[in-house]
Amino acid sequence: MERITIRFKVNGEDATVAVEPHWNLLRVLREELELTGAKEGCGAGECGACTVLVNGRAVNACLYPAVEADGAEVTTVEGLAGPGGELHPIQRAFVEKGAVQCGFCTPGMVLSAKALLDRMPLPSEEEIRTALAGNLCRCTGYAQIIEAVQAAAEELSR
Amino acid sequence: MSATAVVGKAIPKVDGAEKVTGRTVYIHDLKIPGMLYGKIKYSDRVSARIVSIDTSEAEKVPGVKAVITAYNTPEIRFGFLKDNTALKKDRVRQYRDEIAAVAATTPEAAEEAVRKIRVEYEDLPAVFDPDEALKPDAPRVHQTDARGKPLKDNRLRLPWRVEAGDVKAGEEASAFVAEGEYEVGWVTHCCLGTSGCIASFDPHGNLTMYSNTQIPSLARTDYMEALKAMGLRGRVRVVNAAIGGGFGSKLDTYAHEYIAILLAHRTGRPVKIVFDREEEFFATSPRQPVKVRVRQGCDAEGRLTFREISMVLDNGAYTSWGATTPTVMMMPATSLYRVPNVRFEATCVYTNNTYCQAMRGYGTPQVTFAIECNLDELAEKVGLDPLEMRLRNANEPGEITPQGFKVTTCGHRECIEEVAKRLDWKNKRGRAGQRGAKRRGVGMACLMHVGGGAKIYRSDGCGTLIKVDDFGNVDVFSGSMDIGQGLDTVLRQIVAETLGVGIERVNVIVGDTDVCPWDVGVHASRSTFIAGNSALNAARMVRDQILEFSGQMLEAPPEILALENGQVVCREDPSKNLPLAKVLRRAHFAKIGNTMFMAAHFYEPDTDMLEGEFKGNYSCTYAWGCHGVEVEVDTATGHVEIVKYVAAHDVGRAINPMLLRGQVQGAVMMGIGYALSEEMIFEQGRLRNPNFRDYKILTAKDAVKVEPVIVETEDPAGPFGAKGIGEPGLVPSAPAIANAIYDAVGVRLNRLPLKPERVLRALKEREAPSGPCGALQREG
Repeated sequence: MERITIRFKVNGEDATVAVEPHWNLLRVLREELELTGAKEGCGAGECGACTVLVNGRAVNACLYPAVEADGAEVTTVEGLAGPGGELHPIQRAFVEKGAVQCGFCTPGMVLSAKALLDRMPLPSEEEIRTALAGNLCRCTGYAQIIEAVQAAAEELSR
Repeated sequence: MSATAVVGKAIPKVDGAEKVTGRTVYIHDLKIPGMLYGKIKYSDRVSARIVSIDTSEAEKVPGVKAVITAYNTPEIRFGFLKDNTALKKDRVRQYRDEIAAVAATTPEAAEEAVRKIRVEYEDLPAVFDPDEALKPDAPRVHQTDARGKPLKDNRLRLPWRVEAGDVKAGEEASAFVAEGEYEVGWVTHCCLGTSGCIASFDPHGNLTMYSNTQIPSLARTDYMEALKAMGLRGRVRVVNAAIGGGFGSKLDTYAHEYIAILLAHRTGRPVKIVFDREEEFFATSPRQPVKVRVRQGCDAEGRLTFREISMVLDNGAYTSWGATTPTVMMMPATSLYRVPNVRFEATCVYTNNTYCQAMRGYGTPQVTFAIECNLDELAEKVGLDPLEMRLRNANEPGEITPQGFKVTTCGHRECIEEVAKRLDWKNKRGRAGQRGAKRRGVGMACLMHVGGGAKIYRSDGCGTLIKVDDFGNVDVFSGSMDIGQGLDTVLRQIVAETLGVGIERVNVIVGDTDVCPWDVGVHASRSTFIAGNSALNAARMVRDQILEFSGQMLEAPPEILALENGQVVCREDPSKNLPLAKVLRRAHFAKIGNTMFMAAHFYEPDTDMLEGEFKGNYSCTYAWGCHGVEVEVDTATGHVEIVKYVAAHDVGRAINPMLLRGQVQGAVMMGIGYALSEEMIFEQGRLRNPNFRDYKILTAKDAVKVEPVIVETEDPAGPFGAKGIGEPGLVPSAPAIANAIYDAVGVRLNRLPLKPERVLRALKEREAPSGPCGALQREG
């Protein structure tokens, strides 16, 4: 199959990848760029484990056509921590509030939270729940995740 | 409670930073040079004879390196009764039966090849209802057992029966008897990380399995048997990647693992098989569905006189741990509340449905639903408040239950009282004069679970190896496994506390059978207790070695020395205090020492494996709890809203309150899903909702903020007093909710899940019992 070359930014760095037309963004990130932080939990846009940011918006990378990423700015969970490895306030809050158990949903959850807080610095609990409704978690029962997002929102707004 | 530095503290999970940065490697993320991708061809029929399999077109697909069937590979038998085979020969018995498998250089090639495998079948009769399957003329799922001995019928030859006291006399002494039938269907684990493995042989025929199993040591034994069946004599090493959720799903070995082994051996290359979500739904084994009949009675004051439980379990077509869940269901059946006369009996039946496995709670959610709903009915007959009924019969410390369980510490009564208080039970129960479509009610249910391991296997042990370097860094090799619950963090706390070092000094290594000692697996809420005790004992041995040596160095008796804050501390003369690292180096390098400190301990609890009459004590201690819930039922739609949820648990002692809360909150949400929304819908053996769109686990929008109540009874047998807590949190959710629905709207629902349509039907049936809705109820 003839490949199409796409050029985009991933976590601030230029990336050029020759993709097959049917590939999704998740495949490009995980298989071509070895950014395995985004997970495939269902492949059908139902669980949110593959959530990444495209131009600041949270998307299910498993449904997002790779060719659509051409020219876009993509942020994955690998791009959140600072240059010295210091955790982003959302990441830190997830660790400190006990919002992580098996961790498989965590990268997607963190990025959905980031998309929310970037656009709405101090969301209500209901707004947090809505923003995270597309990210399934089977371990935590969500309460500590919601608290982590609240704590991160407060810290980021300070 | 003894003063502690790190035990009892809300210490964040040690693997948290890795997980939030996406660096944790799950099986899905792991690649090995030369690795091929395996894919399985499942049966297109539910019950049929395999007439022929044509793999010729599949073999032609570019990139395909091997296509295997039962006809060109050795037979590998597995499962609790060894009635399952990795690949099926001649006969299929369920839709998830594995007929063939492909290994190819890309996942796409493997998928294409699987699509091109042609199978010719000859349909055979099938049976899907366990009661039907028990009839003499029912289609037979298996003609013979694993050894080729003919089977008379579909009943599994399993001895699940226990009786204590005199049930007949108990019934005669009863002033009131309640009787009911309860039905719970299939639900599944829904781990976000699907199942998978990579099988890899070295040139000497030694197998390394990269896995996400909950049972590294037992899986190793299973794989060794597989190698034997293949005529191989190599060693086996199991290396775990991070586990994306367990909940019991990875408590057995599955066909796909043996298929990966066969493909790896055939091709001489590593082979990875990872399930997609649809496979995870239909090709892994769900929670055991059960039909339960309960009768229990009490005297005029509401004191329980007898309890009798019989149940039929739909085993599915093969046998895994699901068929053994009655050994644990017996526990609440005989011993939840003080009941002098008890009888429990379970029949497991082969059908052409999917076969079942362990899932968080191991049968106790099913049987507790029946017991606790029925107890409310009994209370009503007596005219007693269900709260009072429970308090009157609550278990007490020091009792020995009819089945022989030795109750040591027991916070059952305290849990009930806490729930009643926090739910404002006295004011909220039986609210009269509610108007409008939405009605509120409160309900409660209790639980009993193993809290100190469970000897359902010949050994309930766990080994730990500890070594200390020259600088005070401690490596802990445990046989247990972290599956997200935080075992590695808890072990660090226990060892750091015992050796008086900072938690950052302690490194926990799990999940590699070449390095880690034996452990029976992560199940039965046993890891904090059993692996914790094992680590505690090993750490004490190391501590004693260090203190003994320090005593020689300081010319002080070891009894007056202690390890605290990275120092060897002399209680009588602080001027003698020495940095631990200095002592360690002295021991290593100086003439008087020439030693490094390390110790190993295998902890085997002093408990009984139950056989024969099924009486004895199979756990060192028991976990108790009570959940209370306030619901709002919309009588126009049947929708049930959780208004308040209180979960009180006797945890012995919380080693890490934050992780403990995570276990309770997460389990309760799973329990609420079990109660209200989760249901695998099978039609003639075919799963109709193998995706998250149609199988409803709760989302962040549905999240109920659970009010956890931690009752600390400090169990003398537990590490720092702790009991297990992994499973208890979901055990009583469904009956508590069902009982609250009854309080709100006066209908009893004896079948899970309590979906809006069932609630609505029950409400309508009550209004017009002979109308068409009554007929619908029986169908739905």
